[in-house]
Amino acid sequence: MSILASETHGSLAFPVLTALVLVPLIGAVLTAVSSNRRPEYTKLIALVSSVITGGFGLWMLASFETGDAGFQFVSKHQWIESWGIGWHLGVDGISLFLVVLTGVLFPLVIIGCDPHHDEKPYLAWLLLLEAGVMGSFLSLDLVLFFLFFEIVLVPMYFLIGGWGYDQRIYAATKFFLYTMVGSALMLVGIVTTALLARNDIGRLTFDLVEIAEQGNFAASTGRWLFFAFAIAFAVKVPLFPLHTWLPDAHTQAPTAGSVILAGVLLKLGTYGLLRFGVYLFPEAAVWSRSIFLTLAVIGIIWGAIAATMQTDLKRLVAYSSVAHLGFIVLGTFAFTREAIGGGVMQMINHGVSTGALFLLVGMIYERRHTRQIAELRGLQKVAPIFAAAFTVVMLSSIGVPGLNGFVGEFLVLIGSFSTARWWVVIGATGVILAALYLLWAYQRVFHGEPDEANSSFRELRLREGMVLLPFIGLIVFCGVYPKPMLDRIDPSVKSLLERVEEKSGFVAPETVHVETHEGEG
Amino acid sequence: MSTVEYPSIDWLAITPLIILLGGMLVTLVVASLTPAWRRGAYAIATAVLAVPAVIVEMVLWNRVGHEGPVSIINDALSIDRFAILVWIAIAVAVALVSLSTAEYLRREDLDGPETYAMYVCAALGGMIMASANDLIVLFLGLETLSIALYVLAASHRRRVESQESGLKYFVLGGFASAFFLNGIARLYGASGTTNITAMGEAFAGGILTGSDDAMLLAGVALLLVGLAFKVAAAPFHFWTPDVYQGAPTPVTSFMASVGKLAAFAAMLRVLVVALGNRADDWRPVIWVLAVASVVIGSVLAVVQSDVKRMLAYSSISHAGFILIGVEAAGHGNADGVASSLLYLVLYGVLVIGSFTIITLVARTGDANTGVGAFRGLGRERPLLALAMTVFVLAQAGMPVTSGFIAKFSVIKAAADSESYAVAIVAMVASVIAAVLYLRIMINMWLADPEAGDESREAVRVPFTAGVVVVLGALFTLFAGVFPGWLIDATRDAVLR
Repeated sequence: MSILASETHGSLAFPVLTALVLVPLIGAVLTAVSSNRRPEYTKLIALVSSVITGGFGLWMLASFETGDAGFQFVSKHQWIESWGIGWHLGVDGISLFLVVLTGVLFPLVIIGCDPHHDEKPYLAWLLLLEAGVMGSFLSLDLVLFFLFFEIVLVPMYFLIGGWGYDQRIYAATKFFLYTMVGSALMLVGIVTTALLARNDIGRLTFDLVEIAEQGNFAASTGRWLFFAFAIAFAVKVPLFPLHTWLPDAHTQAPTAGSVILAGVLLKLGTYGLLRFGVYLFPEAAVWSRSIFLTLAVIGIIWGAIAATMQTDLKRLVAYSSVAHLGFIVLGTFAFTREAIGGGVMQMINHGVSTGALFLLVGMIYERRHTRQIAELRGLQKVAPIFAAAFTVVMLSSIGVPGLNGFVGEFLVLIGSFSTARWWVVIGATGVILAALYLLWAYQRVFHGEPDEANSSFRELRLREGMVLLPFIGLIVFCGVYPKPMLDRIDPSVKSLLERVEEKSGFVAPETVHVETHEGEG
Repeated sequence: MSTVEYPSIDWLAITPLIILLGGMLVTLVVASLTPAWRRGAYAIATAVLAVPAVIVEMVLWNRVGHEGPVSIINDALSIDRFAILVWIAIAVAVALVSLSTAEYLRREDLDGPETYAMYVCAALGGMIMASANDLIVLFLGLETLSIALYVLAASHRRRVESQESGLKYFVLGGFASAFFLNGIARLYGASGTTNITAMGEAFAGGILTGSDDAMLLAGVALLLVGLAFKVAAAPFHFWTPDVYQGAPTPVTSFMASVGKLAAFAAMLRVLVVALGNRADDWRPVIWVLAVASVVIGSVLAVVQSDVKRMLAYSSISHAGFILIGVEAAGHGNADGVASSLLYLVLYGVLVIGSFTIITLVARTGDANTGVGAFRGLGRERPLLALAMTVFVLAQAGMPVTSGFIAKFSVIKAAADSESYAVAIVAMVASVIAAVLYLRIMINMWLADPEAGDESREAVRVPFTAGVVVVLGALFTLFAGVFPGWLIDATRDAVLR
């Protein structure tokens, strides 16, 4: 069955992954050259190209072969032959839902967020960003990945700097430089990896799969190279203590920027750690796991404490991201099937719930022109539907059972318990802290009697509701019935772990195999 | 009665030189006998002059590919693909810079054929440097290039900064030339020849007697001082910001493109062919120059407030990157030479494009080069600002631009030679340098207008300069996406 299916995904099939990268790119160019006199067409072009991309993503999801651990829909062409760089795209269980999430998030953001000025360049940058993010999740060539990973900075820089708030230029510059430092080291790492693997492969190639399968790195070399990659991803995640760019970028970015940043951009870091760090250098990843586990747990606690102390609602959500991403890293470096699978799950869940939170905070700002918690009061009275939507999203972010946030965090914690016990014990307090800072914030903003400024707070509008609906639908669906997702994620995680165990000798002790129904519990 | 034996001459091989020299002389004579030409005519004539030169160079490229490299005129010039590639790049650069100069000279009321004649003269010197197979010939080429550049730097008659720039460049350049010549003398003392190929053979034995060895080392050191000055590598860079800032802006782009190309070509040939067997002696020096250049260039670029000074320091940093390729060549890595060449060619286009835009933004008087001059360019001239964005992102090494390909190639060459430290230092320095490129972008797109902005002269984009900007930006993107043909060309052009 699976063999048959993988044959139909041969080179003659429609190159859906290439389309996922090129459609938004073409859309960006068309948007940029569209006429200034007909702004409605500009928006239409942008929307249509992002919807087509999302449609391709869903079509890919529908025809994805469940149970197949390898890369599917592979598209492989020579690009810069003299340097062995190829256009090699592929998707597996780890990247599948990230790609789908990217495809879904962008049209929603284009509908749901209003840039207020210069709509044309805004939309063009947004689509370019989509092409970059798609490319990063799909690339199976080290240089191709680097290219997309780095090019993402430019549209994001302009989105923050051009459409953000007061401190936008500072925040954009900080974001750009922090990420660039990491990728500077990664570029040296990429080049060195390929050059060293040349001896084993016989020719220079930057192909991820070839290097992983045929390359053979000495332990100490592998560790150096792993760190060259890992630092770039740690900045992107962001891992403590490299996280300080994130609150600034999130707070100053326009709503669309924040949603995309939290929704998919941060996942480039955690995804990169799995796809490039752990996959290429399993031995080094196991060797350095205590460092990453510790930083992850510090991130969970630090992010939660910092979030509690914030007076700015958006900054609070930004710090909560630091904590949530800590769980993903914790799961990644626990090296059990449940933990890594839960981490991948958590990448999607965090994208959905934090993306929705940023949308809601953006809506509050649109109405009140403030994000200060102290200035908001009693919104529940004047806008009950809005408050209800906020409650669902918030509970998902806290990780209440029955909603999606629970599934990922629970799997991470239970999966890590056998291999990273004490880290889990400390990290689990982060779950409680999440309830603390979010519920406290909710209480201050929504409860009580609205004062004069807040009494005119507008109720959720239809368009806003339509944008939020898919988010809430995903939150509930993934929370109640996560099995379809886990079934597609698990085989790839399993094969990655087998590789880790084979290369590093690290064997996770037998754990209770958690079947995929715990969502109801 | 004894007869003098003249060397036989391969005329086809020097046709590009003859075209440029003859064309220049004819243009000068005709221009001095006729009334002033129509606007842009001198520039277009110069650019057109480059076309047959490039065509003949391409014919030569093929011929050398089939028949192998030749050395001509009594071994004075070496016609190999390395030289021809640099020739092509120089000829194209002359055409581009001429076009970007056209309206500048009209705007500054300096129009005339002299500037273009100087460009061609300097280009001839540069081409001779790239192909010289004798240190004395190399020195002749260097002086031809340099003297033309001194004059060009001072060619804005009414700007005192331009005069200052020319004088500074002349005095310091004279010093550097003296070092260079002294180095030649010592190398002659050590090897008994000034011919580069013969010198390589003389040092192949590896064993020199005590005094010859000292002579050789002193010669290498002095030669490197002269060359490092010309390529503007730290710590021999002090002239660069002042000269780049003071010189007429199109001339600055000429110095940064053709000047660097020629000087690096000469450096590569001397180091690889003549001193290739003594690489252990010069490689550490290049290493230090490379690291110093990337760090000093990047750090000092960030604290500047004048765009021309910024790009002057950034050109020092770029010189450091190219030196990384040279260092790799010192490990016997052929990709080192190829990556340096690739970097030079790609950077040449970038820097011409950037300075062409600065020329336009500097407005009448050529004095408006503070970073604030770019404020609001995104609203006023979005396409021009977009092109500048492409150029600065490329200089920062962003993917999908030629700058990434350039950086990638030298980093790859360095890693291949296990020079990891220098690769890491360079990449980190390039992040520091990114601050400066971001500052230009912030001013163009994001900064709020300030009082007095609306009363500034509007930025005009004349046709000729527009052509240069569009061609440059398209090439930057094209070479960033499809670099294969250029990579192969530079690999074919490696010195052996």
